[in-house]
Amino acid sequence: MKKSSVGLPVHPSSTTKIGHAAGLPEGLDRRELFKFMGASLALAGVTACTRQPTEKIVPYVRQPEEIVPGKPLFFATAMTMGGLATGLLVESQMGRPTKVEGNPLHPASLGATDAFAQASVLSLYDPDRSQTLLDLGEIRPWSAFLGEMRLVLEEERSRRGAGLRILTETVSSPTLARQLTELLAALPEARWHQWEAAAPDNARAGAVLAIGSPVNVIPHVDAADVILSLDADFLTCGPAHVRLARDFAARRHAGSSGAEMNRLYVVESTMTATGAKADHRRPLKASEIEPFARSVAAAVGLGAPSGSAEAGGPFAADRFARAVAADLQRHRGRGLVLAGDHQTPAVHALAHALNGMLGNTGWTVVYTEPIEARPEIELESLRALVADLGAGKVRTLLILGGNPVFNAPADLGFRAALGKVARRVHLSLENDETSEECQWHVPEAHFLEAWSDARAFDGTASIVQPLIAPLYGGKSAHEVLAALSDQPEQSGYELVRATWKTRMAGEFETAWRRALHDGVIPGTALPVRAMATASLPIETRLATVEAPVSKTLSAGRETGAAAVARPAAERVQTGAETLEITFRPDPTIHDGRFANNGWLQELPKPITKVTWDNVAAISPATAQRLGIRNEDVLELSFSGRRVRAPAWVVPGHPDDSVGVTLGYGRTKAGHFGSRAGFDAYSIRPAAALWQGAGVEVRKTGEKYPIAVTQSHHAMEGRNLARTAAVEEIRREPEAIAKMGEEPPPGLSLYPPHPAHGYAWGMAIDLSSCVGCNACVVACTAENNVPIVGKDQVVRGREMQWLRIDHYADGDAANPRHIFQPVACVHCENAPCELVCPTAATVHSAEGLNDMIYNRCVGTRYCSNNCPYKVRRFNFYHYSTQFRAPSMRMLANPDVTVRWRGVMEKCTYCVQRISEGKIRSELENRTVRDGDIVTACQQACPAGAIVFGDIADRESRVSKMRRSNLSYGLLAELGTRPRTEYLAALTNPNPELGEARPA
Amino acid sequence: MAQIFHRSTNFLSRVSIFGAIFFLAILLWLFYDLEASPYTTQQTIAREQPVQFSHAHHVGAIGIDCRYCHTSVEKAAFAGIPPTKTCMNCHSQIWAQSPYLEPVRESFRTDKSLEWTRVHDLPDFVYFDHSIHVNKGVGCETCHGRVDQMPLMYQASSLQMKWCLDCHRHPEKYLRPKEEVFTMGWRPPIEQAVLGERLKREYHIRDEIVLTSCSTCHR
Repeated sequence: MKKSSVGLPVHPSSTTKIGHAAGLPEGLDRRELFKFMGASLALAGVTACTRQPTEKIVPYVRQPEEIVPGKPLFFATAMTMGGLATGLLVESQMGRPTKVEGNPLHPASLGATDAFAQASVLSLYDPDRSQTLLDLGEIRPWSAFLGEMRLVLEEERSRRGAGLRILTETVSSPTLARQLTELLAALPEARWHQWEAAAPDNARAGAVLAIGSPVNVIPHVDAADVILSLDADFLTCGPAHVRLARDFAARRHAGSSGAEMNRLYVVESTMTATGAKADHRRPLKASEIEPFARSVAAAVGLGAPSGSAEAGGPFAADRFARAVAADLQRHRGRGLVLAGDHQTPAVHALAHALNGMLGNTGWTVVYTEPIEARPEIELESLRALVADLGAGKVRTLLILGGNPVFNAPADLGFRAALGKVARRVHLSLENDETSEECQWHVPEAHFLEAWSDARAFDGTASIVQPLIAPLYGGKSAHEVLAALSDQPEQSGYELVRATWKTRMAGEFETAWRRALHDGVIPGTALPVRAMATASLPIETRLATVEAPVSKTLSAGRETGAAAVARPAAERVQTGAETLEITFRPDPTIHDGRFANNGWLQELPKPITKVTWDNVAAISPATAQRLGIRNEDVLELSFSGRRVRAPAWVVPGHPDDSVGVTLGYGRTKAGHFGSRAGFDAYSIRPAAALWQGAGVEVRKTGEKYPIAVTQSHHAMEGRNLARTAAVEEIRREPEAIAKMGEEPPPGLSLYPPHPAHGYAWGMAIDLSSCVGCNACVVACTAENNVPIVGKDQVVRGREMQWLRIDHYADGDAANPRHIFQPVACVHCENAPCELVCPTAATVHSAEGLNDMIYNRCVGTRYCSNNCPYKVRRFNFYHYSTQFRAPSMRMLANPDVTVRWRGVMEKCTYCVQRISEGKIRSELENRTVRDGDIVTACQQACPAGAIVFGDIADRESRVSKMRRSNLSYGLLAELGTRPRTEYLAALTNPNPELGEARPA
Repeated sequence: MAQIFHRSTNFLSRVSIFGAIFFLAILLWLFYDLEASPYTTQQTIAREQPVQFSHAHHVGAIGIDCRYCHTSVEKAAFAGIPPTKTCMNCHSQIWAQSPYLEPVRESFRTDKSLEWTRVHDLPDFVYFDHSIHVNKGVGCETCHGRVDQMPLMYQASSLQMKWCLDCHRHPEKYLRPKEEVFTMGWRPPIEQAVLGERLKREYHIRDEIVLTSCSTCHR
């Protein structure tokens, strides 16, 4: 592949060969090849007699009480994203954390996790992590840094801290907040700033607009019958999305819990997983969301100047908007309007107003005081910092985490201003773009290595407990800040305990141990702020808040917001090549912080299934109009800056809009993250952080290959992922079964497998699945699945045992979407088994389709004969990636690491089945339903995956499989799959007729 | 026309044809025997250890229970190798000055682990679990032999798959009452075939097809 000529960065994986030689060496002819083959065959025969190498057993000198070798321990901790915590239980295998699970006691997790948390162990062991403390590139000891900080402290004391600035990401940690407060009290002229590229600034501004103060919004999705999402990807984004997905899924079943099935309307400016779950979805340009929201508001009688012709805005007569408004009105107190973090403050204000007006406040949405230590508009915070830096007021800048040189708005000039500071200190996991610009670089301790604390979306505090001592002597933000205090050598442990000593109820040691054990500190959830609907000043406020929105917000922000909020008539006419642009955090590497995480890089994006790259998403109609095809390299010019980006046509994307995701195009991320994708931050100005009009799109005529794991998204009339409206099922209960044909029973050439004890099976509820990918990463982590690199993905050699198929059928402008997780379905009549010449894949007595790696000789017949295409072949020795010293610690000891030339696939987590069976036998009982949980099932936020014994008629999986929605994928082939699917139910609004109109 | 081949060629060709088959058979037999020989399996070969620990003395002569040192044998896959502390429980009092035990004392002093050579080493794709065997009436002796008579530890069985399968196919040949699992030199009070069948039912041992499913041991 001649990628270098494209001018786009070449991905490292496409130039470096993975494993051994990637093909025939030059000059090797057929005859010689046969010679080599003969020789290797002979050698293979000889190697069969090798003796086992001698191994050592190294016992403890003094064995810790709780450790039983081979039995994992679980510790509660928490991971933060955007400052807010999700509670985790982390598996520790003799002291090394290997697998992350959710903490069932934690409100943001309820036992589930997201893809980021699942992948966090890989970041911990990443060999590219920064390993040394550097001063101008020289390795220095921690004591040298402490000495430097002492110097700073003495210098600044005389000036009351006027020359000291601290830049953090969003802080919710009570300990960090306490430390910062104490520092600012001692040095009152010092300043603390916050910046995070994906901070919910607009939500904060919107709350101020609507309510008068920045409040925290907690949606109760499970209480809502009708949900309107205004560009909110609430099922896969944000600090509570794991919880919200669970709550949402709980209401996707008609009649199961007695409650009515919910109905989701989504209007959105990019194609998201939440949009894919919508009963009615409407793609709108980002700038049209606000007029749409105004029309809905007007239709329910909110804030519209009476009698005005434009009362309802451009969408006043819109059928969709009217239907939504009517539906929300019919469900007063049981509806919910959610605004996306990226939408304008006005949209947030409208959402608050709508919820208040419709009596939802207090029922489906509640408010609390803000959770962050200091809620603020982070863009303003950064802007103020840059101004101070530029004015030369700052002598010492401490950057605690984050990567502002990479992700600050392109026009703020952060990098240039940074250069004017005499002493720059950067604490980070990687020696990244920002570290490059700082004299001092302190390696940060990963959250699994350091003590800290954090709050969840509802305020619940957790202690962040380390699972392992810092691998590379990393330090936490607490320890770096302590260096600026009178007790510079205080450990993170002492600092966190000091915070909670005064805040925990009861005897401290007991409460502390309890908090560590449970992973939550009781009574720390913030009280719901009483906000009677009537007391909301919103109706009056909104009347005055005409577009453009209030000037009380920052002027700089307004240029962007105003441009977007301008009424339709004034809006810049989209010329042939001038479109709108949206910037969004990437669904797999977020704001770029996970760029070097191979599991997340190779994780297919939920909708496009693109890996290792970001793309410029455009709608099919716009692509056709501009003559753009997939993989065309476009030059995007926006606010005077340019970037080259490969195009990707995304059905369901709004017309005349380009969607890009942030976080790619890093230059100093490590082996995987550097030079992957294009840097969307480079064209992201402060005035249009999330969206803007006037991006110029020019075709360069070049091509850039994109690695996708699914290139065709239509079902072509086959009912692979079945879906039906809930009304349809009520009328015709057997509708799902009738969509496919079952082969006549008993008609099979395969020998029968008589039942022996347990019969393992799985049911996957497509109504619940939100396509969030947590299961895919969980499977990767549990089963030692290697990553293969972009070059191999292009060749279709990805190794993930579990994939989420995405289908988009119907009108290309706004198709119907459905997600379907597919792993080995463990056919009772498995086509793979009959063709294996070495009996390396055979049936177990309990119905597992076993894969015996040491028998496999790699003919790949099984894969050819598998109708589900779920078998994965080790074309190269991919598992060498587990050989780096740190990576050896990552592997799950209960699962074999596979060799080159071996086929592998989902085993139903056979190691967990064995463990569960042995546990039950030791306790003299049979396996109870729910005892054995597969990795994908455990991670799933929506609870869509259920595993168990189908021989037990009372098990959950049996009950699900008996449902009239249950069907076997490709069951017409007579494979009798053990994994069955429950068809996705939709709940369309009859007023809108056909579900999801264009 | 003269004969091209001499008459003796008939004999030679016969000999070489049969000889080749015979040679191949011998080669196969050699290969098979080598595979099953202690050279490959390391069966019966006593290993060098940092301390020449005698099970014969500790188990046979003194009568220490297996579980005093192998603490996790009843609850985990791994039976457990005792930490240095376990040795020092006694040897801080008895033989406290013995030069043989210097490596143990050194380990205790310096906090550096003793490195024992693994005697029973299954391939990495085999997942054996002690707890389930011990709890289902498979005696230590059944696999490990008369440990109480081994001055130096060696592997009593071949640990080859056919050896595993022998028991997984017919566990009744080897089962003993749970109370006797840790007994060395146990003899069935009644005929093993009868006792084995009874214990198999009593302990809910799964049938052959389950026990010989690949995923019972391989993952």
